[in-house]
Amino acid sequence: MNHEKNIIELKDITVRFDGETVLDDLNLSIRDGEFVTLLGSSGCGKTTTLRIIAGFLEPDEGEVFFDSKNMNGVPAHKREVNTIFQRYALFPHYNVFENVAYGLRVRRTPEAEIRERVHEMLTLVNLDGFAKRSVSKLSGGQQQRVAIARALVLKPKVLLLDEPLSALDLKLRKDMQNELRNIQKALGITFVFVTHDQEEALSMSDTIVVMNEGKVQQIGSPIDIYNEPQNAFVADFIGESNILDGVMKEDYKASFSGKTFQCLDKGFAPGEAVDVVVRPEDVDIVDPGKGMLKGIVTSVTFRGVHFEIIVDIGGFKWMIQTTDFHPEGAEVGLIIEPDAIHVMKKSKYSGMFGDYSTFSDEMDEMNAPPEDEDDE
Amino acid sequence: MKKRSLLQRLIGAPYVLWAAIFIVVPLFIVLYYSFTDADGTFTFANIRELGDYKEILWISIEYSVIATVITLIVSYPFAYVMSRKREHTQRIMMLLVMVPMWMNLLILTYSWMNILEKNGLINTLLGMVHLPPLKLIETPGAVIFGMIYNYIPYMVLPIYSVMSKIDPSLLEAAEDLGSGSLSKLRRVILPLSVPGVVSGVTMVFVPSVSTFYISQKLGGKITLIGDVIERQIQAQNNYNLGAALSLVLMVLIVISMALMKKFAGDDGDNLYI
Repeated sequence: MNHEKNIIELKDITVRFDGETVLDDLNLSIRDGEFVTLLGSSGCGKTTTLRIIAGFLEPDEGEVFFDSKNMNGVPAHKREVNTIFQRYALFPHYNVFENVAYGLRVRRTPEAEIRERVHEMLTLVNLDGFAKRSVSKLSGGQQQRVAIARALVLKPKVLLLDEPLSALDLKLRKDMQNELRNIQKALGITFVFVTHDQEEALSMSDTIVVMNEGKVQQIGSPIDIYNEPQNAFVADFIGESNILDGVMKEDYKASFSGKTFQCLDKGFAPGEAVDVVVRPEDVDIVDPGKGMLKGIVTSVTFRGVHFEIIVDIGGFKWMIQTTDFHPEGAEVGLIIEPDAIHVMKKSKYSGMFGDYSTFSDEMDEMNAPPEDEDDE
Repeated sequence: MKKRSLLQRLIGAPYVLWAAIFIVVPLFIVLYYSFTDADGTFTFANIRELGDYKEILWISIEYSVIATVITLIVSYPFAYVMSRKREHTQRIMMLLVMVPMWMNLLILTYSWMNILEKNGLINTLLGMVHLPPLKLIETPGAVIFGMIYNYIPYMVLPIYSVMSKIDPSLLEAAEDLGSGSLSKLRRVILPLSVPGVVSGVTMVFVPSVSTFYISQKLGGKITLIGDVIERQIQAQNNYNLGAALSLVLMVLIVISMALMKKFAGDDGDNLYI
């Protein structure tokens, strides 16, 4: 494994379906041995990107490289990548063993080696003793494991995973997240993982690629993506955020909500209009007199680890997460430390997100697209 | 067992009644006639007489098997191609398969007589380019061709219906795991389409083996088992021998269907999930 080397490169990829642009001049480099997640809501182009890498789809424009070799026109069955499909796509006419052995049989591997490698894989995914079972009699989680074994037995350099966990219930999903991460670390191969679930992306990935409308919005480590979102879309999509209209007075001084705050951002033109992100967990609530900002609590929701309260400050609804209870109607003061403020350049997404007055509808739509909906 | 409501019990009643009157009772009548003579006394004479028709029965089976195999060879790739086309194209292709089914078998067969005749369409065309005429009609080939032409939709439709239900992601998975077109066909499409092939083969073989009209119009002197039955009943008024011959045919059909079922059952248990 060589972390400096790009194992997959997509250059200026454009894909159109019936005149509609699904991928718009996409560029992406994936390093060897990385766990990369393509994250976005349905229709953002993430599955299309995966299908281009797998070879199921030829881009209308642009080039695909594996190990610096141009792959355009190379059909799926000649590419050294394997895919875990959303609904597993196990062969119903074969048992577990034959499903896993499929790729080896196609390659005319000797029978003894097939038996050895299939059993090795079934052990890896904890399906010892299931070899003779019919795949239709397995649970969702077991089918998932068969799909993983079937792909990994071929020792691909890259494994593509298309929302593989979306059909599993929450607990199994968490277990499989850990298991996939462990398998990836143990084998040291590159995983390209597609999901619409931002938590899944944050907890599993080395690198996250946030996509929207066929374009890459941001590429970075989970921590970078969360702490330093590049635009209002990313700030809104990853976690909760208060996104405010602001002005950069000078380096390290941002003004919003009628006050000027110390911050850690620089490099903007004096007086430049910006978007300011403040995460709900970074705001401290104090007595009204001691706060930098003052507002009225308009709603309180108990979330278990914390309360989620909405505070109205001059008509803008802030979301704040706090472990202390504050009743509806109470007046509270807010303290925002310099490191809680993140300043972004204005983008086409400015003004589209950030206020929590229409919180429930918008968030529901963004965070939970219907699970059975396809990406295209 | 769950108790069924009155409605559930009543809803099947009309068909049960129909089946009893028009299927079960006639079967017993066939049995009765097979083992009696014209006066209604019990006899094995009809069964003994069947031996005379061994050769005709054999030819009937031979022609039907040839017709079924050719129909399968033509239909399978067609059904596959059809199932992979865009939906709109699929509908047009389906229509083309169905149109001959809307026309009466008699009319279709008469048309083929006109085309294949000594002075028919094909020989007229051959004459126009100064080629000698071909003997087409009154040959085994014409009879087999007639069977294929008339029954091909019954092969295409069940195969197509099974193929169009194969999950496309299974084909992508096969490609992903290294299968080219041929390997995909052999390892995924063929095994998954066995149920369609089985019902297609049954639906073509059964009417072919019992046909009488096609052989009379296109076969000239060729006589199949269906013709013999028709002659016994129509011309010679020998219902008893006719019934015995029908019984043989029914036994043959039951055996062939049981064989097909067994063939599909070997690896076809979990095909419909």
